[in-house]
Amino acid sequence: MPDDFFVRAMVAGVGVALMAGPLGCFVIWRRMAYFGDTMAHSALLGVSMSLLFQVNLTVSIFAVAVVVAVALIFLQRRGGLSTDALLGILSHASLAVGLVITAFLTWVRIDLIGYLFGDILAVTQQDLQIIWGGGVLVVFAIIKLWRPLLASTVNAELAEAEGLQPERARFFFMLLMAAVIAIAIKVVGILLITSMLIIPAAAARRFSASPEIMAVAASLIGAVSVVIGLSGSLEFDTPSGPSIVVAALLMFLVSQVPSFRLARETGEPK
Amino acid sequence: MAESLISLENAGVQRGARWLVRGVGLNVHRGEIVTLIGPNGSGKSTTVKMATGIAKPTEGRVTRRPGLAIGYVPQKLAVDWTMPLTVRRLMTLTGPLSDVEMDAALGEVGIAHMKNASVANLSGGEFQRALLARAIARKPDLLVLDEPVQGVDFSGEIALYDLIADIRRRTGCGILLISHDLHIVMAETDTVICLNGHVCCTGTPQAVSASAEYRNLFGPKAANAIAVYAHHHDHTHMPDGRVLHADGSVTDHCHPEDGHHHGGDHHHHDHHDGHAHADHGSERRDANA
Repeated sequence: MPDDFFVRAMVAGVGVALMAGPLGCFVIWRRMAYFGDTMAHSALLGVSMSLLFQVNLTVSIFAVAVVVAVALIFLQRRGGLSTDALLGILSHASLAVGLVITAFLTWVRIDLIGYLFGDILAVTQQDLQIIWGGGVLVVFAIIKLWRPLLASTVNAELAEAEGLQPERARFFFMLLMAAVIAIAIKVVGILLITSMLIIPAAAARRFSASPEIMAVAASLIGAVSVVIGLSGSLEFDTPSGPSIVVAALLMFLVSQVPSFRLARETGEPK
Repeated sequence: MAESLISLENAGVQRGARWLVRGVGLNVHRGEIVTLIGPNGSGKSTTVKMATGIAKPTEGRVTRRPGLAIGYVPQKLAVDWTMPLTVRRLMTLTGPLSDVEMDAALGEVGIAHMKNASVANLSGGEFQRALLARAIARKPDLLVLDEPVQGVDFSGEIALYDLIADIRRRTGCGILLISHDLHIVMAETDTVICLNGHVCCTGTPQAVSASAEYRNLFGPKAANAIAVYAHHHDHTHMPDGRVLHADGSVTDHCHPEDGHHHGGDHHHHDHHDGHAHADHGSERRDANA
């Protein structure tokens, strides 16, 4: 059954959506949308590093994203420029450096569009193993980290005073972001990854009475977006990654309609 | 002397070339209330951060009793609308609680009926009460309160101070608190520490207000007195407007024979005239003892 490329795409997309849900909630709560974008952009540098040093693509993207996150922490500690400006530098510098390096690699042909927008229909059995294996690890880690992460999101000092080590939680959160970006790159691509984190979580807010419900709802809304988006792309012959994001956008718009009872019922996990 | 919970010896924090605060010595014992006062930027919050371990001292020593459980009410806490958080969920933010413990803590601060309310919809006073309930539900050895009455109106302020004093009496925990208004210090305070980048003076509220350092720091107007809340309440105004009496009964209004209370009509609390109230309060307490 998973031999069929369309089914593989569906399974891969749903896997990414499930792990992106809870992480996306934290991206929204902690106002880290631009941070997510920066890590995603650094993925192109990860791609070129993987080609340059002949290492596994997922590992390379993960490593570069972690380096960029650590660089950000270091630059923030040094003071001077605002986080906003630092992110702008890191984000576009890593994208540009990645593009320049790939230009030197004349012996390889790169499907740049595939990396930028994802190539979910080309997902292999091995990709599925990475997505679902990695996805289970990410979700497990998020559950383990949930209390300190949530408490430090509400107030870092409170978490610190009551012994929850917010710095440690923040560091692991960055690792998880890097992991999800490395895993999801094949599905939605560098330019659209942050949307899979943010849009389902934003749509979930209206239907959620607690942070936990919002995390689960974001996963489910993301999964439904994948199903709708992929089916739509098959039906209308549109690019698959962007179609998934458009489907998520539609779900977000529906969630914003005041007193749209039907949406409330379908969007809320029971 | 009761067991020491936290002690700072000659502790200070340096940021860049500037000392935020320096040479702080303080001790909080079990059952003791220590209040920090001082002008803005005098190092009150930094001192509290050293005590709780949020800030590491650049010099000096901070000792916490091993296994010390701290309940913390931070100065600024804004819960964004994007995070759906009810009072019930706020209560278990840093650790699990049984329903019984939760209800007891919310009942103590008088917001038991708001358990399922969204935190974003609470008023300033209700939110401070919720934060206080969260901190005491942990059954802390030490309660650390950074300006616990901010955003609370005058009568709510007095009620909160009464509540804090009551928590100390019942649980025997130590309390370290920052007062947002340097003229107002709880009567129940055992030790006032007046900061101004360093410890400017230390002692009982009466001793500090009489000290030359205090007068120098805050000028002759403030020298009048540190107003001291010492009123006894035999009834409490609950957030919904009803009145809870000492015997546990609840009525819609207070009775004329009720003890001193804080309606706007007979508002005779003068911050600069606190000593008179101190007397009044102690009489009431004796009468009810």
